[in-house]
Amino acid sequence: MLDKIKEFASEFFVTGDPLIYGADVSIGLTLIAVVTALTYFKKWTWLWRDWLTTVDHKKIGIMYVIASLLMLFRGGVDALLMRTQLAIPDAEFLSPEHYNQIFTTHGVIMILFMAMPLMFGLFNLVIPLQIGARDVAFPFLNSLSFWLFFFGAMLFNVSFVIGGSPDAGWLAYPPLSEMSHSPGVGQDFYIWGIQISGIGSLMTGINFVVTILKMRTPGMKLMKMPMFTWSVLSSSLTILLAFPILTVTLALLFIDRYFGAHFFTLDGGGNPMMYINLIWMWGHPEVYIIVLPAFGIFSEIVATFSKKRLFGYKSMVFALMSISLFSFFTWAHHFFTMGSGANVNIFFAITTMIIAIPTGVKVFNWLFTMFRGRISFKTPMLWTIGFIPCFIVGGMTGVLLSVAPADFQFHNSYFLIAHFHQVIIGGVAFGFFAGLYYWWPKVFGFKLNEKIGKWAFWTWNIGFYVCFMPQYVLGLMGMTRRVSSYGWDKGWYELNLTSTIGGFLMGIGFLFQVWQILHSIKFMEKDTTGDPWGGRTLEWSIPSPAPVYNFATLPQADEKDPWWEEKRRLAEGGAPKPQSKLEPIHMPKNSGVPFIMSAFWFVAGFGLVFDWLWMAIPGLIGVGACMLYHSFNYNTDYYIPVDEIKRTEAAARRVI
Amino acid sequence: MANSVNRAIAEPARHDEHHHEEHHDLEGLRMMGFWIFLITDCILFGTLFATYVVLSGSYAGGPAGAELFEMPGIIAETFILLTSSFTSGLAVLSMNRGDRKGLIGWLIVTVLLGAAFITLEVTEFMTLVHEGASISTSAFWSAFYTLVGTHGLHVSIGLVWMIAIMIQLGRHGINSVTRRKVNIVSLYWHFLDVVWIFVFTIVYMMGVM
Amino acid sequence: MAQQPAHDSHEAHGSLKSYVIGFVMSLVLTAIPLIVVLNDILDGTAAKVVLLGSAILQFVVQLVYFMHLKEEGKPRYNLMVLILGLIIVLTIVAGSIWIMTYNKVA
Repeated sequence: MLDKIKEFASEFFVTGDPLIYGADVSIGLTLIAVVTALTYFKKWTWLWRDWLTTVDHKKIGIMYVIASLLMLFRGGVDALLMRTQLAIPDAEFLSPEHYNQIFTTHGVIMILFMAMPLMFGLFNLVIPLQIGARDVAFPFLNSLSFWLFFFGAMLFNVSFVIGGSPDAGWLAYPPLSEMSHSPGVGQDFYIWGIQISGIGSLMTGINFVVTILKMRTPGMKLMKMPMFTWSVLSSSLTILLAFPILTVTLALLFIDRYFGAHFFTLDGGGNPMMYINLIWMWGHPEVYIIVLPAFGIFSEIVATFSKKRLFGYKSMVFALMSISLFSFFTWAHHFFTMGSGANVNIFFAITTMIIAIPTGVKVFNWLFTMFRGRISFKTPMLWTIGFIPCFIVGGMTGVLLSVAPADFQFHNSYFLIAHFHQVIIGGVAFGFFAGLYYWWPKVFGFKLNEKIGKWAFWTWNIGFYVCFMPQYVLGLMGMTRRVSSYGWDKGWYELNLTSTIGGFLMGIGFLFQVWQILHSIKFMEKDTTGDPWGGRTLEWSIPSPAPVYNFATLPQADEKDPWWEEKRRLAEGGAPKPQSKLEPIHMPKNSGVPFIMSAFWFVAGFGLVFDWLWMAIPGLIGVGACMLYHSFNYNTDYYIPVDEIKRTEAAARRVI
Repeated sequence: MANSVNRAIAEPARHDEHHHEEHHDLEGLRMMGFWIFLITDCILFGTLFATYVVLSGSYAGGPAGAELFEMPGIIAETFILLTSSFTSGLAVLSMNRGDRKGLIGWLIVTVLLGAAFITLEVTEFMTLVHEGASISTSAFWSAFYTLVGTHGLHVSIGLVWMIAIMIQLGRHGINSVTRRKVNIVSLYWHFLDVVWIFVFTIVYMMGVM
Repeated sequence: MAQQPAHDSHEAHGSLKSYVIGFVMSLVLTAIPLIVVLNDILDGTAAKVVLLGSAILQFVVQLVYFMHLKEEGKPRYNLMVLILGLIIVLTIVAGSIWIMTYNKVA
């Protein structure tokens, strides 16, 4: 019996690596510390009532941001481990197997569990405030989306210490990801971790499309919406058109692995190339999904910090919407070398070049907005200005890659690695950081320290170029991606070491950001105005942090930049707009169902990973029971009485 | 209709009337959300169809579809599902007249037809497996079972859902919430019928052609 | 809450007539391919065109007569999202077929 348990444990837990034992211990200690702290300070009910069951978009947004920053830490540690291994030739810091796992988890975590949730966090924190709404269209679904993401991410991360991490690359190409080549549970963790959080992403997409189309404040026509709102609309539309493809592709891979089907296997008539075709039909739109909101953030910031109206509003809208449609017609450029023939390659090379045009239009719009503006170089603006040259270089190398014949040379080399890190770090990460700095005072009611923020910006920015510029050269010298070591004779030593130094500089940049947040919490510099940057859009017209109902009375928004126009009118001695009478506000009730249902998904996913039906079936039944429970529950909303609104508004400085 | 939720809150209105309108507008939002969900489901089926078409010649030495498909059963399934789509529409008509008995009656007919469809489909699958065509026989059969089975799964979920709505209709009668739920489930049911038309055409008819 | 307000425009209405028309047309459009294929009246491309044509027509019939797409109030967001979705579905199917014709395995 004891032997059996021992044998089970040695397979169940990942063993043999001191790094992982270290992780085991630290995970255990953190868990104990959290549980002890919650019990000691009697915070369990607070946690459940105020956070786990909340349907308030502002709190859900905060939870997204916290979770994604934790994931940024883990993905970043993965990156630094890889750079350490590659710093010198023939290094034996990581074994090849371990290296495979790390580049796989680095990619998956950074895109799906860092960029996506950080983006959703910003959607949640900003969109309802920016369009003058009280919440999103479906608050319950919003909470469910978050918890599905959270438990999906946990399921993926648990593979680090239980069962073994996936190691077939971030897109898990078959046949390597098939049972024949990866018999372990790592790939199953991959499938279910992404699948569960993917359902959440899909629902978030639906939620924000309906919110933006239907819940704008009176007067705000589509062509008067803030640019960030437009970018979220285009990104959400792309999500709901692209994510079902991912769901199907992963499901087919699972059916192959679990039921012995032959979609992508080498035998039985399967075709692994079909997987590559399908996954990129999602994968290419996915990169636009995460970068479009970043474009929206830059547009808001450039206008605010240049104190000018955004240049070329209509062309910007057109560029955003055309990118989200065109992103569906370029996918084959990820596999020019697969052998689909000249016609296919020509078609997709041309579409790829075309999609660069609207992106270029946007860069000119930002530059013209800054032109003759009174620019103030606060941290959000710094990240924006850092983004522009970075993204131009990344975009240019992208166009180089789109030339199909040349791609036969660049494919899977470090040239490609440098390219996509440049657009994803320089575009997406810089954009989301800029957005976080910009909206931080609105969300938390205090400002972040500017001085430490500038240190963070410069270490990140310099670190970025030191890390990735050498990689373009390495790629041209013949270094391919995913190699875990190289010999002294290759001549790649100096450039790799430089790149590693750059990577660690970015790591220091991250530490500066953590320090910046902790420092700003300690020396809290309260934002009493609600409008610390001189903002232009509606979110700056209410106190920071926003009250639970956002707007006591809904603002009338008859022009673009409604808050800027209102301030100008007041400064010119105009009378403030008449406010309508306070009415009781209709609000959704908190619910524990999303949390519990997602936990059941976790249980079901874990059971399917280990092929334990005794666990998977109750998990799935639990999911169904939660759905039915929610369907039968008709007590889902309440009203905030006028007296309470008056009290809240008075406390938040604006007496009505 | 844009901003109607907000306007309902902003505009002064008599108190109870105002609550009505708000609920009513929320139900409109949910109808739209569900419609968009159906579009995503459309793409899900589109991807399955693409996979099926690409793999439709990959028998790997196993039986072909045309050798094993039993058309009488399939034709029966098709007309049953088509009729159930019609009866779910009749349920909505009864609801619009405020006729709760008629509504529940037509929903029961729809559920029975749906259950008959599922029974026939399960029988078909069992016969096929018995004749040596299981999901692991070849890429073709993997794609076949996954595409047709996903549709069947959708129909089964629809059955449970309709029964749940009937119970709610029994408890709460026809109000703005149950009205929206009936509208949504009938929309879902029509959608499944449309998907089946393409399954019928592309998998079965073109398969035996 | 028991009575529906009169200004309700976005919910599915339809009449018995429209449902019956839709049902009859669907029956006919299902019968056509059956007759064509099972009696071998047409084959090859011609049969495929008839089959797919009937399926698409039936899709339109159900959209109009069962799902009441025409009754949507303006702006027609539902119709727009539907068209967008259909473009993507078409891209997925046609694109996959085109790309994968060059990548067949035995």
